[in-house]
Amino acid sequence: MSETIVSLRDVWVQYRQRPVLEGVSLEVRRGEFLTIVGPNGAGKTTLIKVILGLVRPSRGEVLVFGKPPWTLGPERSRIGYVPQLENTDPNFPVKALDVVLMGRYGKLGLVRRPGKEDLEAALAAMERVGVRELAHEPLGHLSGGQRQRVFLARALATDPELLLLDEPTTGVDVQASESFYELLRRLQRQGVTIVMVSHDIGVVSRYVDKVACLNRRVVVHGKPEEVSASEALAEMYGCAALFFHHGKAPHMVVRLHELEGKN
Amino acid sequence: MMDFLHYAFMQRALIAGALIGAATGAIGVYVMLRGLSFIGAGIAHAAFGGVAIGTLAGIDPLASALVFSLAVALGIGYTTRRAAIREDVAVGILFAASMALGVFLLSFVPGYTQDLFGYLFGNILAVGPADLWFSLGLFLVVFGAIALFFKEFLYITFDPEMALVSGLPAGAIYGLLLSLIAFVIVLSIRVVGIILVSALLVAPAATAFQLTEDFRRLMFLSVLLGVGETLGGLVLSYYTNTPSGATIVLLSTALFFLAFLLSPRRRAVRVLPGR
Repeated sequence: MSETIVSLRDVWVQYRQRPVLEGVSLEVRRGEFLTIVGPNGAGKTTLIKVILGLVRPSRGEVLVFGKPPWTLGPERSRIGYVPQLENTDPNFPVKALDVVLMGRYGKLGLVRRPGKEDLEAALAAMERVGVRELAHEPLGHLSGGQRQRVFLARALATDPELLLLDEPTTGVDVQASESFYELLRRLQRQGVTIVMVSHDIGVVSRYVDKVACLNRRVVVHGKPEEVSASEALAEMYGCAALFFHHGKAPHMVVRLHELEGKN
Repeated sequence: MMDFLHYAFMQRALIAGALIGAATGAIGVYVMLRGLSFIGAGIAHAAFGGVAIGTLAGIDPLASALVFSLAVALGIGYTTRRAAIREDVAVGILFAASMALGVFLLSFVPGYTQDLFGYLFGNILAVGPADLWFSLGLFLVVFGAIALFFKEFLYITFDPEMALVSGLPAGAIYGLLLSLIAFVIVLSIRVVGIILVSALLVAPAATAFQLTEDFRRLMFLSVLLGVGETLGGLVLSYYTNTPSGATIVLLSTALFFLAFLLSPRRRAVRVLPGR
């Protein structure tokens, strides 16, 4: 059995007295590709932030590479993070390469400027995700899909072992999304452990090997077909019920549920 | 021609103006891209409270304005980092409160209204030789910090969350950036005044933004525009016999609209990046 990279045990998070995560437990092993699905307000982004060490749980234990993530220090460069596309201004006056280079900033530390080694690592990361030729394009000239790949390259610039993605295909067209997932699959085969948050349920069964269904409290955890089999469990906790049918066209039924809210 | 150069007060104003233009142009890039113009205006108004304290206490009003603005800038940074109060609410309250404090305190100083106007709208006749050294010092701090923390400022401006994730002390860097805004504002009080400085913190950068998509070029253009507009405005105000601060701000606004109309890419949908 391979090494555990991320482990959450009974994690509780509250924002202004409102519970966001209630007793979430989760485990990710080296080489796995886990997708966390769930409705808006389910706490998916919060869960990612907990793994990143940006949000500290009020209760429970979080271990990333065997340590609480906020104590990782320089080992942070072992984690790559692709935030939601809308977190950044698409017209910000930088070139694609400048964005990818930012992935090296943390490793460089304060004051030190990126050098030749960083430039090479950045270009290699861009090559790896197929945007090498866009290096000198202004960010504002890129499509949503291209920008998303540039952000993926930034996350890969330190050659991380764990890759976290938050709704990576929001605002990206269907074709670009599919090839983006193919790319993630390729990275997984190269040994990168991937945790992705998504509401893009249709895609889950085809590209990932484990699904967690989250609605604040619940994590139904397992292979896509197992999760769909536990329909009753999913429904009991108010998670959008998922039915995966492996066949020509995986389709799904998303049931309306009473819980509403925003991330 | 150029007879204004014979006057010592004009020489001082031009030197101070060049320093101010360069500093506001550079810091303005971050202010515009990160959407900090309201905070800038808030810090500027806080400076007025500082001026009043200095006047009443008998110390250099600019020195006390510097301390006071710095405290307010860091206070805003701290409050919002703790997420206790929303940033615009914190600024909105401080904004009026420090102005009120200034007016309140200055009412104890008899016959002060003349000088008051100078602090609010700038008065180039008040730029003394000592102010030049003060300005030069602030100028060096601002550009020294930008040179040192160029990549850090770029990161927190573009993507503050990722900057934090990277392990860089993003909170401290943001605090430093707010402090530099305070420095630039105090630096500008003599020439442009507290009320008008916020325009100078955005206009040159916004003008430059219409003309380039490269960050370094944007910075360079914004500094160039800042210096050109301040000096141009000063000279113009000399000939038209109009208040210098207002002339500078109107000139920089006119150039912004010109650049907006001529912008090669016509980013008409979003003139300024929102946040």
